[in-house]
Amino acid sequence: MRKKLMAVSATAAVSALMLAGCAAPAAEEGSGELVFDVPDVPMLEELGEPEGQVDIIAWSGFVEPAWADTFTEETGCVVNRRVAGTSDEMVQLMRTGDYDLVSASGDASLRLIVGGDVAPINRDLLPNFGDDIVPGMQGQIYDTINGNVYGVPIGRGANILQYNSEVVTETPTSWDIVWEADSPYAGQVTAYDAPIYIADAAVYLMYHQPELGIQNPYALDETQLAAAVDLLKQQNEIVAEYWSDPVAQITSFVGGTTVAGTSWEILRKLAADDRMQGTLPQEGSTGWADAWMISSESDAPTCAYLWMDYTSSPEVNGAIAMNFGMAPANGAFCELSDEAAAHCEEFNALNEEYFEQVWYWTTPIEQCIDGRTDVKCTSFQDWTNAWATIKG
Amino acid sequence: MTVTASPSAPRAAQSKPLSTLLYRHRWLRLAGLLSLPLTWLVGLYIVSLVLLLVTAFWFIDPFTSKVIPGFTLENFALVFSEPAYITTSLRTLGIALAVTLLSAAFAIPLGIFMAKLASPWLRAVLAVAITLPLWAGYLVKILAMRITFTEEGFFNWLMAPFGISGPGFSILTVVLTLTYLWFPYMALPVYTAIRQIPVNLFDASADLGARGFTTIRTVVLPLLWPALLAGSVFTFSLSLGDYIVARFVGGANAQMIGSIIASNINLNPPVAAAFSVIPIAFVVIYLVVTRRTGALERM
Repeated sequence: MRKKLMAVSATAAVSALMLAGCAAPAAEEGSGELVFDVPDVPMLEELGEPEGQVDIIAWSGFVEPAWADTFTEETGCVVNRRVAGTSDEMVQLMRTGDYDLVSASGDASLRLIVGGDVAPINRDLLPNFGDDIVPGMQGQIYDTINGNVYGVPIGRGANILQYNSEVVTETPTSWDIVWEADSPYAGQVTAYDAPIYIADAAVYLMYHQPELGIQNPYALDETQLAAAVDLLKQQNEIVAEYWSDPVAQITSFVGGTTVAGTSWEILRKLAADDRMQGTLPQEGSTGWADAWMISSESDAPTCAYLWMDYTSSPEVNGAIAMNFGMAPANGAFCELSDEAAAHCEEFNALNEEYFEQVWYWTTPIEQCIDGRTDVKCTSFQDWTNAWATIKG
Repeated sequence: MTVTASPSAPRAAQSKPLSTLLYRHRWLRLAGLLSLPLTWLVGLYIVSLVLLLVTAFWFIDPFTSKVIPGFTLENFALVFSEPAYITTSLRTLGIALAVTLLSAAFAIPLGIFMAKLASPWLRAVLAVAITLPLWAGYLVKILAMRITFTEEGFFNWLMAPFGISGPGFSILTVVLTLTYLWFPYMALPVYTAIRQIPVNLFDASADLGARGFTTIRTVVLPLLWPALLAGSVFTFSLSLGDYIVARFVGGANAQMIGSIIASNINLNPPVAAAFSVIPIAFVVIYLVVTRRTGALERM
């Protein structure tokens, strides 16, 4: 998903974009009872001498000279950045063992943990990973697996309902204008072009069809997936176009082809068009959250820990969040300056009520992550196949 | 000459050792000529294709998305049993055929005009105009079409006074955009073929009383047929494999074969591989049919 953002300024990345449907993290309920078969990887007990360099796989905009150079001056660790385009690429690169750190999104993080590619994190070595980290970004799946912490939160965002206020004159309170066949904006709706968007249908069904028993939009059994697919097929009739490229989404709204649909706060801002408004309707929404993870084969663990701690400070974490266009993980950033406060306000950084309605992207797997054990849930492969049938 | 060929001519061998060696060993000459293209063809092209196709018989770990070698026909069963996949395949085939026909319909009159009627100066201008789009980036051209056909875009603005509204983003727009992209590959062979038709054939046809259209039908088209088929191989197969156009100007219902392959390639490579057999089959059938007409010999 990040890679899409970089494409905002560089359309060339297009071919990779469609793959980006898979991004960010975990169910927000304390999934304490979830037990995964996780390889036993030891955590670092204490910091040693900085090793001189650290190799980081990151989304575009997470590792920039503006703050990496200062880090090198302070610690002597030279930062080698490798920008990845998709979560799949990140997982592949991490499995080579050549990298120390990764800025993992939700679908990558579970795979990395279960694959034994990343090590648990010793919070005692990260003074900045403390109470300033907003509550909504603690206690996620990667925080709680088998009692270990695997990720240091970086930032998060929600998938909002964007609308053209010239056409949609009243603030929508429900997603129904993009789902129901009798929508007044039929034929002018946009939807996200990736299998993970099935979760958005599930979020809508959770609210409007409670009898389906969906507890978590990323844990759908076959019946629930079929219901979501039916809803998406119904939506297909009123969709003007699906978007996966940020530039395409912006031109779709600004060019008048679509007047309502799913979006990100940063895209609304980039559209630089006063008619475009965003809201988080009553049903809630999906969203994403990213975290640093350390390789189980890291040859520079000290530099890696120093980097994770450095980027968790209010200043640096905020700089990353502002550069990327998301809500920072470190809430203390919001008190640093008027500019910071404005950014936090715009991206709802401290608004937990807001993010309580957001289901962070997670890879659907056969094990139901809502805790059900009597059924098998549908995997991301099932979702991918289902997605192809929706667009027929 | 004879000196170079003789093994007992040390002076000549010293002066041109490489030529002598190549002259003596026929297989070395062949190896020198063919090793590079063959390495390319076999090593990079065929092997990678085979590796991809073999994956179609493999399994996938649903959690890690790692492929597991084995043997299953389930991926093919899925591709051929799911109605949506079949619809998508037929839609893609229809789009590719429409693009080919449209390109041919534009290329023939343009070619006749350029080759037989236009002044040399105008001919040069038109030749540049046809090839110029090839110089622009593929994505740039698609985005240009996107801007043209967007709701408040150029097309609707231009046509608004006549009460006409454009196709928006739809299958029709996909066909138009693909035609725009691949037209030069049709126009150039057709133009070249028409230039090679002797002018006196037109005169003879006219002398025998044929009007313009009859001349085109009975004289030009039969001579043009191989060039048309050669051009159509490009327009057809390039359209068949495209998915970026469908994504940018296709709207909600223009999913193509490439779209499905692209969405599966990372998460479920075996299904992507199984599905990639369909366009290959289409192209092979098309080439076999085309070959029977002898068009490939003229390329």
